[in-house]
Amino acid sequence: MSLQSKLESGKFAVSCEFGPLKGTDTHEIQENIEVLKGKVDAANVTDQQSSVMRLCSLVTSALCVQGGLEPIFQMTCRDRNRIALQSDLLGAWVMGIKNVLALTGDLPDLGDHPQAKGVFDLDSVTLLQAITRLNEGFDMAGNELTGKPTFFAGAVVKVDSDTEASAELQIAKMQKKIAAGAKFIQTQAVYDPKTFEKFMERVEKFKVKVPVMAGIIPLKSAGSARFMNANVAGIRVPDALIEKMDAVAKEDRAKTGIQIAAELIKKMKPMCQGVHIMAIGWEKRVPEIMAEAGL
Amino acid sequence: MILSEQKPFDEIIAYLEKDKNVFIVGCNGCAESSGSGGPKQVAEMKEKLTKAGKNVTGAKSVDFLCNKALIKSELKGRIDQIKAADAVLVMTCGIGVQCVAAAVNKPVYPACNTVNLGGSRGEWEGIERCYECDQCLLYHTAGICPLTACTKSLVSGACGGASNGKCEVSPDRDCGWELIYNRLKERGLLHRLNDMIKPLDHRKIAPRPEMMSTPRYGLENPPKAETKAEEVKS
Repeated sequence: MSLQSKLESGKFAVSCEFGPLKGTDTHEIQENIEVLKGKVDAANVTDQQSSVMRLCSLVTSALCVQGGLEPIFQMTCRDRNRIALQSDLLGAWVMGIKNVLALTGDLPDLGDHPQAKGVFDLDSVTLLQAITRLNEGFDMAGNELTGKPTFFAGAVVKVDSDTEASAELQIAKMQKKIAAGAKFIQTQAVYDPKTFEKFMERVEKFKVKVPVMAGIIPLKSAGSARFMNANVAGIRVPDALIEKMDAVAKEDRAKTGIQIAAELIKKMKPMCQGVHIMAIGWEKRVPEIMAEAGL
Repeated sequence: MILSEQKPFDEIIAYLEKDKNVFIVGCNGCAESSGSGGPKQVAEMKEKLTKAGKNVTGAKSVDFLCNKALIKSELKGRIDQIKAADAVLVMTCGIGVQCVAAAVNKPVYPACNTVNLGGSRGEWEGIERCYECDQCLLYHTAGICPLTACTKSLVSGACGGASNGKCEVSPDRDCGWELIYNRLKERGLLHRLNDMIKPLDHRKIAPRPEMMSTPRYGLENPPKAETKAEEVKS
């Protein structure tokens, strides 16, 4: 069953994500495909995450299609103007890619080619509008397409905000993304089910509702949790979880991290329509996390 | 005002690798207030080049190097020094270097880089900046420009990167969209957050071709652009 049919029929879906490596060696990709296919409903393929140059998400997504793993093609607006974005979208459809996740993207400054020109001709919202337009059979300029796609487009949102303005801006932008054509939402990692519950109460009041998949990043150590708290906007690992990670012996950390992730999934499952597991290096352990969470 | 900064000395010396004799030109306009090419920096440059084994044939600061007529009249008395030089080093913005290159028949090298002012036009206290986008969006954003207030120039709303109201990319700056949100709220205009703004028309943001070389841009009024460098005549 495809991600789209699953979410549209109200079933609970699981996605994960992995990033292509720098270079032409695709062994890692093939291994991930083998481990994940038949387990998750779909896998996000990141688009030069953190502005670090890597093998492209379009081709890697096509490899997933060939290997039997349904991809969610991540597309940022950092490296392509509207001509290239639309052209790559048409190419993606031809290669059998059905899901697209529209993102604005980080600035090049963050990555390994900080001198690069950031394009940002479009942003997440206007990219979603472009995808919607392509689905209708037209390009952004209003020209008719010969053969049209029917993409299932998604977007992301940050759940945990530290100011009223930030929280309201996230809600407003999420509604804009839905109005522009997002049919599903994946969230930034959540570690506090109560925060997620409050967020979902807001989302339940939207006039147009779309399925929300809660973001999960399994903790690897207390140190990595503290690092995320200090450096990643919108991620807040509660002290209790950090202490829990601190208390276990080094060899048991992975097990505890996976248990915590599974517990979070169990608690948030009744509030949403899926989880998005960002394992960051632990892609092959996603089935283990799912089993632990009873998925 | 145009802001310029001196290039690293290594870069300047590399330009002069094959030139022993150098004439230096400074500018008493923006370059002086930028601290990159006024009389003080010209004197320092003369000393540094001399120490590096160059022969400085002469040095002169001109009031405004963006005015070619002024360059010609001010350098009249220095023709011999310029003739004795293998190259002319110009310590000012890109316009000034181009004007000296057009007025003096010698190899002319820039000693400065011209800094992008990000919409600032002149030095004043204040945070308002104009991107000169030619498609003003201020109606939608409570009079705060998303192109300059937001580091990423996002027009559809905030990214997820702000922490405690500060920008992810430049943590010393407020998140532009949070400023917009707070102002919209204060003025009872929060509904504007839902305005869908069309993708920008980038044709309008690039300088118009005629702006790249017109009398208006060049602060002068020549009937046609000068194409041939003319030697300074006495």
